[in-house]
Amino acid sequence: MSKRMSMAEAIARYLPDGASVAMSLALEALIPFAAGHEIIRQQKRDLTLIGPISDILFDQLIGAGCAASIKAAWAGNVSEGLGYCYRRAAEKAIPRTLTIEEHSNFSIGLALLAGGLGLPYVPTRSLLGSDIPRQNPTFHSATSPFDDTPVLLIPAVRPDVTIIHTQRSDEDGNAHLWGNSGISAEAMMAARDVIIVAEEIVPRDVILSDPNRVLGPSFKVRAVVHEPGGAHPAAVQGYYNRDHQFYHEYHERTRTVESYQDWLQDMVLSVPDRATYLEKLGAERIHGLRVKQHLLAAPVDYGY
Amino acid sequence: MDYTPQELMVACAARQIRDGERVFVGMRLPLIAFALAKRTHAPGCIGLFESGVIRDEPAAALLYTMGDAPNNVGALWTTGTVNVIGLMSAGEVQLGFIGGAEIDRYGNLNTSMIGDWQHPKVRLPGSGGGGDIASLSQRLAIIMPHERHRLREKVDYVTSPGYGYPDARGPAGMSWRQRVGLPRGGPSALITTLALFTFDSSNGEAMLQSYHPGTTIAYVQEQTGWPLRLAPNCAETIPPSTAELRVIREIDPEGKWTR
Repeated sequence: MSKRMSMAEAIARYLPDGASVAMSLALEALIPFAAGHEIIRQQKRDLTLIGPISDILFDQLIGAGCAASIKAAWAGNVSEGLGYCYRRAAEKAIPRTLTIEEHSNFSIGLALLAGGLGLPYVPTRSLLGSDIPRQNPTFHSATSPFDDTPVLLIPAVRPDVTIIHTQRSDEDGNAHLWGNSGISAEAMMAARDVIIVAEEIVPRDVILSDPNRVLGPSFKVRAVVHEPGGAHPAAVQGYYNRDHQFYHEYHERTRTVESYQDWLQDMVLSVPDRATYLEKLGAERIHGLRVKQHLLAAPVDYGY
Repeated sequence: MDYTPQELMVACAARQIRDGERVFVGMRLPLIAFALAKRTHAPGCIGLFESGVIRDEPAAALLYTMGDAPNNVGALWTTGTVNVIGLMSAGEVQLGFIGGAEIDRYGNLNTSMIGDWQHPKVRLPGSGGGGDIASLSQRLAIIMPHERHRLREKVDYVTSPGYGYPDARGPAGMSWRQRVGLPRGGPSALITTLALFTFDSSNGEAMLQSYHPGTTIAYVQEQTGWPLRLAPNCAETIPPSTAELRVIREIDPEGKWTR
């Protein structure tokens, strides 16, 4: 059954106002910027953003007023450090107040793991003694009943929607993802609904020829969006490299509320879709990010 | 002086890595330190990246982020964050590198916020994996710029636990880590633009181990927000050797991170 639809349709159908959404899950790679921009264009409101290191995607969504809260390990600009929109929201409630539930990369991964397992929590020894448990009221300090040692209980997080950018998928949402995956698998397992964004749509046979490379069960996938270039400026292994310069430009262009609004108008609001966005970036820039040398893995034999 | 402060810091960081160790690498200077150690005294070290990568050779191209595509090529394992930090949780990682915006005399690090945490003056990006690395690695090495407002008596917020603080139940140090339930670890080195500190794990205090060529103990004190305690053998930092500099400049030929 084909679940293919446009990005606009996928976001309109599966991401209501007030939803919790996990995205930007592979850390600096495979960030679904095209989905984020569509969320901004559809003026989604009161979202809870869930992720590890989120790079500038969360900064953009926060600046656009889409988020009421954030459960994340890190929000900013990996190339520059601070994110101005996140700072303005946390320090001055601009454009609105933002509830922040501090996490680390491990704790948010464990929270999603617990969610995917249908468990109330997963214990860890990480972050004991830090101020993070004091600030995140959802964490619970406890003593292990097995050995009487302190443990921190990380409660399950179950996103309403998880959005994952992948290299390729079939129309049903059987998707191949390769390279580092961050907490993508945990977020897919924990989600109620999954939106798969793919660089390429391939026949089912291609995916099923290598089921070890499939990220998770397609029965959780509600929408499959074919969106080449949809992760720019993040990298997609085997498709394009990270556009480091873009992150520097974003930093320079978002120092003030006004300049951020100009950036938003220029790069998101005035751009109807990803194809137009890529046109706007220009062929030369896109060409510079292309894969210079393809490195194919050895085929594997599933024969019997 | 024919080297930059960053090159000296990279050399200091590389010297923290022992042969055969598994090292939580991170980005920028530690990444170059890992490559330097690999090509000099620690050819058997293995690098782990919280993005979900383990490799025993540095990537073929200079990385801007750990998520850059070259970091997955020729890796021992590309996987997820929970697996890689999970290894560290199980005690399999000897050394972790992190940076910080602020540190205090007990090696507690803040990358979360300046000011009151309910009304921060400056909101910083947060933990990332830093809090995990500080909690779970066997030893922690910290790299940061040396400025008086960054090396403080007490940080505003503990994102990444060092040796804690003295309290009613006992002193700071390894005993504090045990009291709060951390399984191991603690800072072993703080590498700054001016100096190298080691730590006394019995009370958690940073000790000035060496001051970099061109600076003095008095100047380091001026730039440090707590009264310095000198290590017994405190001396000038050994500068990077010609061989170390050659390798650093091969790894970062344009000086992206080291100039």
